[in-house]
Amino acid sequence: MTSNKKDPVLVVLQLSGGNDYLNTVIPLDDPIYRDSRPVVAIPENQVLPLNGQIGFHPSMGPVKDLYDRGDVAIIHGVGYPNSIRSHFRSMDIWHTCEPDKMGTEGWLGLATRDLDPRKENVVTTVSFGPAMFRAVAVPGVPVACVDNLESYGLLTGISGQDQRSKILNRFTQMYTPTIGNDFVMDYLGDTGLEAMAGADILKVAPQQYSSGIEYADTPIAQKLKGIAQIHLAGVGTRVFYCDHGSFDSHANQLGMHSQLWSEVSDAIGDFFADLREHDAADNVVMLLFSEFGRRVKDNGSGTDHGAAGPAFAIGQPVQGGEYGEYPSRRAEDLTQGDLAPNQDFRGLYSTFLEDWLGLDAVPIVKGNFEKPKFFATS
Amino acid sequence: MANEELALMAHLMRRAGFGATREELEARVQQGYENTVEELLNPATQDPADRLEFLRYHPGFWKPVTSPGMGAATWLYDLINTQRVLQEKMALFWHQVFATGQSKVDHWHEIQNQIDMFRELGMGDYRQLLVELAKNPAMIYWLDNCDNHAYAVNENWGRELLELFSMGVGNYTEDDVRECSRAFTGWTLSPNIPRNAYGRYNWGFEYRAEDHDEGDKTFLGHTGNFNGEDIIDIVCQRPATARFIARHLYNFFVADEPQVPSWSVTPPREPELIEALAQVYMDSNYNITPMLRSLFLSDSFKNARFSKIKSPAEMVVSTLRFVGGFEFPAPGIGNLSKQAGYMGQELLNPPSVEGWHTGAEWINSGTLMKRVNFAADMVGDLDRPGVQSIVERVKRQGDLGPDKFVDTCLDLMGPLLVNEETRQQLVGHAAESGTLTWASQTEIDQSSQRVAEMLQLVVATREYQYA
Repeated sequence: MTSNKKDPVLVVLQLSGGNDYLNTVIPLDDPIYRDSRPVVAIPENQVLPLNGQIGFHPSMGPVKDLYDRGDVAIIHGVGYPNSIRSHFRSMDIWHTCEPDKMGTEGWLGLATRDLDPRKENVVTTVSFGPAMFRAVAVPGVPVACVDNLESYGLLTGISGQDQRSKILNRFTQMYTPTIGNDFVMDYLGDTGLEAMAGADILKVAPQQYSSGIEYADTPIAQKLKGIAQIHLAGVGTRVFYCDHGSFDSHANQLGMHSQLWSEVSDAIGDFFADLREHDAADNVVMLLFSEFGRRVKDNGSGTDHGAAGPAFAIGQPVQGGEYGEYPSRRAEDLTQGDLAPNQDFRGLYSTFLEDWLGLDAVPIVKGNFEKPKFFATS
Repeated sequence: MANEELALMAHLMRRAGFGATREELEARVQQGYENTVEELLNPATQDPADRLEFLRYHPGFWKPVTSPGMGAATWLYDLINTQRVLQEKMALFWHQVFATGQSKVDHWHEIQNQIDMFRELGMGDYRQLLVELAKNPAMIYWLDNCDNHAYAVNENWGRELLELFSMGVGNYTEDDVRECSRAFTGWTLSPNIPRNAYGRYNWGFEYRAEDHDEGDKTFLGHTGNFNGEDIIDIVCQRPATARFIARHLYNFFVADEPQVPSWSVTPPREPELIEALAQVYMDSNYNITPMLRSLFLSDSFKNARFSKIKSPAEMVVSTLRFVGGFEFPAPGIGNLSKQAGYMGQELLNPPSVEGWHTGAEWINSGTLMKRVNFAADMVGDLDRPGVQSIVERVKRQGDLGPDKFVDTCLDLMGPLLVNEETRQQLVGHAAESGTLTWASQTEIDQSSQRVAEMLQLVVATREYQYA
């Protein structure tokens, strides 16, 4: 935990589609890397070197700047045993921490329940995007799902303030769960009431906001701008979730991966600059992850689904640097042609849950896993 | 009981179509349930939407470029106008199962061609559908089969064919994925896609024998120099495929199942019905129409009223057809076509090849808000012919007290079944303004407004979220 009194805030940025490890954190002076990737290897003179061993993808300039400030932890080799190479299943596993069965409870939904057990704040967690992420979904745990902060509200088309409030009152009554309903009816009821409450709280955020930062007109930049607006409005949101993609670079990887990382990287740079401008960066940490990395060998145009990937923790409270070991690229050390995970993602989650949010990780990630220690222990 | 027949017909038309006006329902009740099912199963007997009429007013939507929503607008026009509602529903069904997205394909016209293919083949031989799917250029690009070479296998299509398009997880090994992918080497696009595909070329299927792996493959216990069609033959014979398709049909038409990735570990809600449909699939040589006939005639289907959450496409299309006046392709159809996307289902651009997560997962505080706001804005518009028709029917009842007023509206909106608590709130709202009267023009105007407002409150209910 940090020494100040502000509540810690976690922002998750999911790199959907399987982000390529080897072209994100690029091993320097590695003949296996070059030989395995005749088409998609990044020329060494373009890599943004961090030290003698590794460097960032050339599009990651703003993340490199944050790294140079000491605000970026690279967590190596993240994954789980018996890696699944299906996007959906693997993402489900990351979202629910259930590799052996279909989980129904998202890890951050459970964390939300622990952060706000009495449901005092329906915007404790905000999911940014058209659809709510499974990672934040637990039946009965309110999560605000926002796609456009500016036009957020219920029955906005009813004319007349009095008439609208009468109708909204009826809406509230109709959505109040009653005994004897099935799960879906209750779920609809809770969701409707949360939508009402959340809209009332969040509508103030864009009105109060002003900033010298001009975010780009990309989906991820606009999402992070919305997150900054809500954070700066001080409405008590502790967990934000958003994504960008698709990183599924089976084909034409070079141009596509570069474009994606420049969008993500620029948006992250602007986001933290915005928070610093408002003196609100010291209690915000961002997690970047993807459902898997990609195959070591290219397929002549891109790379197929792999196993281990890198994760990043970004923010002032983070102790920057590398954590864990870059998995070996040697053929005999690979698992079905892929980098073998050496850091369980549930340990990574545990670091955020325990050492940042101050929760008990064991019931959320379902076990004890080795934690990378990228937060200073007080 | 006439009202029961009407309610059953309304159910059939909500599920096998996009709802129907009261006038149409009354006519169909005369025609009978089984005759209506037969008519729906024979789309050639009904009129399709007139694509040329749409393009006459929106020539820019012919082979549209990259602007979001431009492709979906064409489809929305079809969805609103076609009389072949089951055929259109099946196109939507296959789009959910074989989910192919603009986010990567970046060529609306090619995805529209895929939807046209679903319209043409989606109620026929499943084997033929899979073969055409394997040759469909949008699919080939979406799942990278154009990068699946004899010397460098790309497993994307091969894996999804087995995981999402036929048998489901747990019915094959990683080796089968590999061998299946090898059999589809050389199945590619013609011509090559330009490096930056801003000039839109028509894509075509091309088989390149020199890029096909001619070696033996061992797939699901069979060994031989298989090509793609041989793989599809083997896949279509598998009981797992029969059950997988049956379960998809059940999930789409009867009741919400859990999400597809969990099917390998979660049994179906009604295993007997799934087995029966799977048997029809086998007995009919993989024909979809007999499966649909069995399904619509089953008691499970008839009894499954209001047990499924409407998909956003169903919510948007049924609401637009219900209020009417959107048949002409007026300006604004592009914006209208984005509405389902705001509710979490951007047509022609599913989030991944898994399609959309359905059922209760359509609902969260954001999408629920969109659904309620959209439907309320539509039914609150007294200029719409469908809304006027309801006002007229209410007016014909004469002066109405709050209970009668609410019950009439619920009847005309479905008939829609609501909880007693919900009904009491609606009655409470109606009672605030007393009896509905029609004696003078002023009263007519006020009462019309009150009917529209009641419809807005009805579509805001939880019950209206169900189909």
